[in-house]
Amino acid sequence: MRYLLVEDNRELAEAVVNRLELDGHAVDHAASLAEAEDCLAVASYDLILLDVMLPDGDGRTFLTQNRAHLETPVIVLTARSQVSDRVGALDQGADDYITKPFDFSELEARCRAVLRRRGGAARNEIALGQAVFDPLAGTLSHRSETITLRNREIRLMEVFTRHPGQILSKSQLMDRLFSYDAEVTENAIEVYVGRLRRHIDGKGVRIETVRGLGYRMETDDA
Amino acid sequence: MTATGSIGRRLTLLLAGVAALLSVLSWSMVTGLAWQAAERTQDNVLAASATSIAETLRSEQGEVRLELPYSAFSMLGAISEERVFYNVMAGSALLTGYEDLPVSTLAPPAPGRVSFSTSEYRGSQIRMASVTRLVLVGTGPVPVTVTVAQTRGGVATIAGDLSQLAAILSVAFFVVAVALSAFAARASLRPLNEIAQAVSRRGPSDLRPLRRAAPAELAPLMTSLNRLMDRLGQSIRRSEDFIAEAAHRVRTPLATVRAQAEIVLRSVRDEDEKQRLRRIIRAVDESSRSAGQLLDHATVAYRAEHLVREPVDLADLAARTAASLGPTAAMKDILIQMDTEPVPVVGDPVLLNNALRNVLDNAVKYSPAETTIALRVRADHGEARATVADEGPGLGDGPAEALTERFRRGSNTEGVVGSGLGLTIAEDVLLAHGGRLELETDHHGRGACVSLVLPSA
Amino acid sequence: MRLACLAIGLSLLATLAMALEVEDHRLYPGTGDRMLRIVSTADLEVFEPYLRAFQAERPAISIDYTVVSSAELHRAIRNGAEFDLAVSSAMDLQFQLANDGFGQSYRSDSTESLPEWARWRDLIFAFTAEPAVVVLSAERLAGLPVPATRQELITLLRQHPERFQGAVGTYDVRDSGLGYLFATQEARSTDAYWRLSEVMGRLNPQLYCCSGQMIDDVSEGRLALAYNVLGSYAAERLVRDSDGQLQILRMQDFANVILRTALIPTTAREIESAGEMIDMLATLGLRDAPGSWTLPPLRQTGDGEGSGFGPIRLGPALMVYLDPLNRRAFLDEWENALEQR
Repeated sequence: MRYLLVEDNRELAEAVVNRLELDGHAVDHAASLAEAEDCLAVASYDLILLDVMLPDGDGRTFLTQNRAHLETPVIVLTARSQVSDRVGALDQGADDYITKPFDFSELEARCRAVLRRRGGAARNEIALGQAVFDPLAGTLSHRSETITLRNREIRLMEVFTRHPGQILSKSQLMDRLFSYDAEVTENAIEVYVGRLRRHIDGKGVRIETVRGLGYRMETDDA
Repeated sequence: MTATGSIGRRLTLLLAGVAALLSVLSWSMVTGLAWQAAERTQDNVLAASATSIAETLRSEQGEVRLELPYSAFSMLGAISEERVFYNVMAGSALLTGYEDLPVSTLAPPAPGRVSFSTSEYRGSQIRMASVTRLVLVGTGPVPVTVTVAQTRGGVATIAGDLSQLAAILSVAFFVVAVALSAFAARASLRPLNEIAQAVSRRGPSDLRPLRRAAPAELAPLMTSLNRLMDRLGQSIRRSEDFIAEAAHRVRTPLATVRAQAEIVLRSVRDEDEKQRLRRIIRAVDESSRSAGQLLDHATVAYRAEHLVREPVDLADLAARTAASLGPTAAMKDILIQMDTEPVPVVGDPVLLNNALRNVLDNAVKYSPAETTIALRVRADHGEARATVADEGPGLGDGPAEALTERFRRGSNTEGVVGSGLGLTIAEDVLLAHGGRLELETDHHGRGACVSLVLPSA
Repeated sequence: MRLACLAIGLSLLATLAMALEVEDHRLYPGTGDRMLRIVSTADLEVFEPYLRAFQAERPAISIDYTVVSSAELHRAIRNGAEFDLAVSSAMDLQFQLANDGFGQSYRSDSTESLPEWARWRDLIFAFTAEPAVVVLSAERLAGLPVPATRQELITLLRQHPERFQGAVGTYDVRDSGLGYLFATQEARSTDAYWRLSEVMGRLNPQLYCCSGQMIDDVSEGRLALAYNVLGSYAAERLVRDSDGQLQILRMQDFANVILRTALIPTTAREIESAGEMIDMLATLGLRDAPGSWTLPPLRQTGDGEGSGFGPIRLGPALMVYLDPLNRRAFLDEWENALEQR
C-alpha cells in the first residue's frame, strides 16, 4: 500500500511513517499542502492521512477543493474532538477521521476499514508458501480452500508475515495487537496464537513456539 | 437589560396627546366661531332692521316723520324668538319706541353707519344696532338715531348647541384618533418587530448579516446589528481558531510522544521498561481523552441552551454512529448488532449523535473481546428509545443514577481509560431534549443496558 | 273665617273694578281657599264652559272671571293689575306684554306639544284660531247675491247704497284692540281694504266696540251687514238663535285668522292653577274635531273654505302697528276713509 501523510509536525510524521513502514507500507510525507499537491501530481496513493492544521492552510479547505477529482480515500487527523468538527470533516468529503493523539492500532484499523470500504484499491496479497494471505479481506487461501480470519487473527498473521522467520516475543505481539486502554495479559496471546494455529493447520504455514523467547512463523518451502 | 417602557405605548400616548390637544383646540375654535357667527347673524338682521326703519325718515311740515315698516320687525321674528325693543330719537327727544332703552348717547355714529353695542335691559342682555340719519327740520339738520335691540338668549342657545355638537365631534375625533394612533404605532413598529423576529428565529450559530428591506430609520440599527454580528462572528471564529490552535499545539506533541513511545516499545526488550512506556502511553491517552470530553461537555452545554430542532431519524443516526465506531469495535472483534426501525424525533442531530456515541463508546470500551453489542431503536409508547446492551461487566453495585454524575466512574472499571464524563454528557443532551437516560444491569448480572429515551416526533 | 276672606276678596275686587272698565264679572266659588283670577276679553257665555270644565276637575279652586276690552286688559296688565291669567284675542297687545316683560314663562308637556307658531318663548300660548267673518242679515239682503270676495262686496255696496245706508257695521278701531288688529293686518294684506273702507264710509257706517253688539244688531235687523266680526262669536250666536236671520260669510280672497292667547302676568300669584288652566286650554286647542266647545281649535280641518290662510304670526312684527307714530298715521287714514262727513 502506498500512503501519503500530510503532517507538518516532523516528529509525529517521522513516527507515523516509521510505524506504517514497519507494517510494510510505502509512505510519502508532505509537510504542507503545497508539498501534498506536488506528491499527488507525480504519484498515486491508496490512502491519504491529512492533518487539519497546516502552515499553508486548512486541511478541510484542501479537501473540499480536491474532493471532486481525487479518488483516493482520506482520513483526517484532527486535534479537535468537538462533535461539530468531526461531522464537518465527514461532510467535507473525508472518509474517516481520527483524533490526535491516536493509537496506532486504531489508525491501522481505520485505514483498513476505509480501504475495505473503498474496495477499488489494488490487492496486496502475501504468498506464504503454498498459501496466500490477503490482509485487507482477512482471508487465507490454500489450494481451493479459503478461510476468513477474525480481526485479531488477521493482525497476528500480519505481524508474523512482516517478520518471516523472526522470533517475536509475547510482549511484542501484545503491543502490536492490543491498544493500551485494555488490560491484556500474555495469556491472551497464547489463546490467539492457539486459535490461529488451528486455522492454518495443514496449509503450508505454521507458527512455532520458541520456548522462553516467543513465537516464529515458518513456511513449508518444499 | 433594562426596559424603559414600550415605544409603541409612548408613541400612542404622544399621538393621543396631540389628538387631545387638537380636539380641545378645534372645539374651542368651533365654539368661538359659532358665537361669532351667531352674533354676526344677529347683528346683520338688527342692522338691516334699523336701516330699513331709518330709510322711512322724512321731514313733513317741520316735523320728523317716519313709519315702522312691517318687514323691519318681521325679519327680526323670522330667525329667532328674541324679544325686540326699539326707539327713535331726534337729537335727545324721543320720537317713538322705548324711552328707557340704554342707547349710548356719547358719540352718535356717523350718519349712515351702523353701530352695535351690548347692554342690559329689563333683566336681559341685549344687542343693539343704531343708525343715525340727518333730517332737515326747519332751520337745520337734526340727527335722528334709530336703534333696534334684541335679547341675546338665542345667540347663546345657538352657540351652545353648536358648541355641544363640536364637543361631541371632538370627543369622537379623539376616540378615532387614539384608535388610529395605536394602529399607526403598531404599524410603524412592525418592521422593528419583523427584524427582531428574523433575528430570534435564527439558529444559535447563524451570524450571517441580516439582508432584508427595512425603513430608512432602521437602516442604522440594521447596520449596527450586522456589524455587531460580524464582530461577534469574528470573535467566535477567533476563539474557535484559538481553541483549535491550542488543541493542535497540545495534542500534536502528545501524539508525537505517544507515537515515539510506541515505536520505542517495539525495540525495548526489558519488561520493566516496557511497562513504564505503556504507562506513559496510557497517561497520554487519558489526558487527551479528558481534554476532549471536557470540550465536548462545554459544547453540549452551549448547544443545549440554544437547541436546534430539526427532524432526525433515530435509526439513521444510530447507523452512522455505529459505523464510525465500527473500526474500534472490530479491533476487539466486537460485533455491533443493529436492530432498528425508523423512529422520527426532533432535535439537534449533532448533540444526539454525541450522546449516542458516548454511550456506544463506553459499551465498546468496557466489553470483552469477541462479544456482541446490541443496538436497538424502537418507538415505544409514544417514546423513541435507543438501547445499547453489552456483555461487559455491568454497571457495578453502586446506584445507577450516580454513574451519570460528573467525573464519576463505575466501581469496576480498572484498567479502562475514561474520564467519567461520557454518561453525564449523554444525560445532559437527553434532558435538553425532554428525554432521559435509563441505566440498568442485565438480570443475569452480566452486561450493561443503557437506553436513550426521547419523546417521539 | 271664610266670610272674612270673601269680604276681603270682594273689597279688593271693588277697588280693581274702580280702576278697570269692567264689562262683566263673575265669581265661581270653589271649596278651597285658592282663587284663580282671570282677566279676559271673552264674553262669559263664550268662556263659561271652559271655566266649568276646569272647576269640575279642581273643585277646590275658586275662579274669579273678569271681562274687559282688549285695550283695557293690556293697559291693566301694564299698570300692574293683579291677575293670574290674561286671555285675549288681541294678539298684538298680548305679544307686546310678553315682549316687554310683563309675562312669566311657563313650560309643561302640554305647552311643548303646541306647534311652534302657537307659542312664543314659553310666555304666550295660543289655544284657538278664529277667523274674521262677515255677518249678514238674511232678511235685509233678500234678493241680492251673496258676495264671496271683497271686490264683490264693494260692488254690492256700490250698486245698492239705499239698502246699506246706515246699515253697515264694523269695529271702531280707535276703541277696539281686536278691530285695530283686524284692520291693520287686512290693510297690510290686501289693497281692497282701503277701497272697501271708503265705500263703507260713504254709507254712514255704524261703529262698534265689540263683536257681540254687532251680531245682536244684525240678528235683530238693525244692520244688514257687519264687517270683520269674530267668527267664533257669530257661530256661537248662530247656534243659539236658529231663526235663520244670521248668515256668516268668510271672505274667500283673504281672511284674517287670529289666535286667542293666554299669558301669565308677572303679578300672578296662583301660578300653579294658571299653568293648569293653560294646559287644559292648550290640550283643547289641539283637539281634532271642533266638538261642542264654543271656541274652535287651532287646526280647523272641517272648515274647507279660506283654510289657505294661516293665522296671523306671533312675532315682533305685531308691534309695528302698536307704535304710536304708526298708529296715529293708520288712524288718520282710517278716519279719512270711514268718516266722510
